[in-house]
Amino acid sequence: MDEHIQVRDMKPLLKINDLKTQFHTEDGIVNAVNGITYDMNPGEVLGVVGESGCGKSVHALSIMRLIQIPPGEIANGEIWFNGQDLLKLSDNDIRKIRGRDIAMVFQDPMSSLNPVYTVGFQIVEALKLHKNMRTKEAREKAADLLALVGIPEARKRLDNYPHQFSGGMRQRAMIAMALSCDPKLLIADEPTTALDVTIQAQIIDLVIKLQEELGMAVMWITHDLGIVAEMVHKINVMYAGFIVERGNVRDIYKGTLHPYTKGLLGSLPSIDEAPGTKLISIPGLPPDLVCLPKGCPFYARCVYREDRCKYERPSLEKADSNGHLVACWRWKENLTEGVK
Amino acid sequence: MSGENSVLVQVKNLKKYFPVNQGILFKRHVKDVKAVDDVSFTIKKGETLGLVGETGCGKTTVGRTILHLYKPTSGQILFDNIDLTGLGENEMRRMRQRMQMIFQDPYASLNPRMTVGSIISAPLDVHTKLNKAQKRERVQELLSIVGLNSGFVNRYPHEFSGGQRQRVGIARALAVNPDLVICDEPISSLDVSIQAQVVNLLEELQDRLGLTYLFVAHDLSMVRHISNRMVVMYLGKIMELADRDEIYQIPLHPYTRALLSAVPIPDPDKASRRERIILEGDIPSPLNPPKGCNFNTRCPLATEICFQSEPAYVDVGSNHFVACHHAG
Repeated sequence: MDEHIQVRDMKPLLKINDLKTQFHTEDGIVNAVNGITYDMNPGEVLGVVGESGCGKSVHALSIMRLIQIPPGEIANGEIWFNGQDLLKLSDNDIRKIRGRDIAMVFQDPMSSLNPVYTVGFQIVEALKLHKNMRTKEAREKAADLLALVGIPEARKRLDNYPHQFSGGMRQRAMIAMALSCDPKLLIADEPTTALDVTIQAQIIDLVIKLQEELGMAVMWITHDLGIVAEMVHKINVMYAGFIVERGNVRDIYKGTLHPYTKGLLGSLPSIDEAPGTKLISIPGLPPDLVCLPKGCPFYARCVYREDRCKYERPSLEKADSNGHLVACWRWKENLTEGVK
Repeated sequence: MSGENSVLVQVKNLKKYFPVNQGILFKRHVKDVKAVDDVSFTIKKGETLGLVGETGCGKTTVGRTILHLYKPTSGQILFDNIDLTGLGENEMRRMRQRMQMIFQDPYASLNPRMTVGSIISAPLDVHTKLNKAQKRERVQELLSIVGLNSGFVNRYPHEFSGGQRQRVGIARALAVNPDLVICDEPISSLDVSIQAQVVNLLEELQDRLGLTYLFVAHDLSMVRHISNRMVVMYLGKIMELADRDEIYQIPLHPYTRALLSAVPIPDPDKASRRERIILEGDIPSPLNPPKGCNFNTRCPLATEICFQSEPAYVDVGSNHFVACHHAG
């Protein structure tokens, strides 16, 4: 994991500028993503970490333009990918990018594969559409892809239906499908959450290997800070639709600045802890996204809060020259009380 | 915590097979799913026994069979030296007062049409003769024990978040002052920060009320955190059982080693230093387990003997049990 690559001048592959996504519901406007800005370089592996409802999936779906409108609405922002603003593209043009330049792997492999078509058919479909291949050629390529993701007897397996695959194999097939058009960016939205630990280890291993071989950028969305520690270069920590901390992987784990990130790390038991160690839990619940607090979104649960945090919202500011960013009024004070 | 007296639950050669029938009119019994196949262990008073394994390994079935929610196919379950397998329905219902369960899904395990108050007092209706006022008082006490506002009695489950619902589930389990609480993946559907809240609550309650837990989960690091001893199951059988530190420091079974190495470590330095054992393939179907050792299809150490005979489940010293031809 060479962190110097990240510092070098490079034209970013993906540039998100003040993205806001909302949903209009009966209860009011749900502010799912509240103005996030960041860049992603080609070949970079980015971890997006946060709990349910923090906007991590919605922001990924916004990039893919898969937000249903209505009730959803991308209220503000720009998403520059390869020199074009994805939000300004016509439906036809975005369809050419989606699945070809940006591919996505979803959480539940059973519900994201179509049960009435064979796995082979579903991979071939993408190849014919995006690469203008003929059926025979596409089947060859599909078999190669299944072999690439480690499915034994790939050629035979093309004619299997999704229900004939196990959970881990379905996720492998999903990855094969996502890789079919050599994407520049692969978005993996909690791809291992539905899988068992040993199968999860297989899938993580596979994605790391494929990323190194094929050199695409990978965005790995997860709620588990443990999973991404060994595979990503950079991490965005999200809370209530905001990025609250962002930095290189070592800075996030070793030089944690935001109280929320500290709380998340404290909530995880470490495998070599002493007996009787207490977990540091974060008290309370995430805020209601319909009526966001005026100040810091983490105010209600923060152990270090002060009056200022209640009324003024901290913006994401530079903590050092390595691109470590944090949105907290008190990050400079190096707060450690109550944290492992 | 040693000696015969301190054992609360003793499970001896427990088997639970689910029959598979075929045919429309005359259902023929064709084979069995061996969900739990010859499992023996004990749970000591006041301890937490962690039970880990992957999907389909039978860990939930073990928990439910102890409570007699499933009737065991064979084997014995001794609870405080009373054999549960010999009890009639009424006697069993009385015994259940001493053993309660916390379920995995806090959305599915609370009746949406009942208020939190009536959910928590349901076990009191069945097992006690308290009057209305006493019940109300007990419910409020329970709510405050699990960290909920006692004014929530008349609210419905949909008004609560996942973590709060799980607290309601815990309050319900504690209503009748049980000795044993079987926690069936109580935190796996919760967010990380909420998981820590619930685990801390469970530990605090154990200290306060002297509870004994059987903690079933697939998350090895959380099980290690909460348990005194750990059982590792695979395809209906126990692979290894030992004290939590022992099983972590000297895992003897190759499956335990692989499981431990697959646990995500939230530290980039440690994570890159450790050696990962990536198991190949998937878990075989329990309908059709492999011959010999159950783990032989994925085991990196498997040799001839593993395909021929099933390894015995033996004590290798200091109460460390393992079932492997190549252990030690």
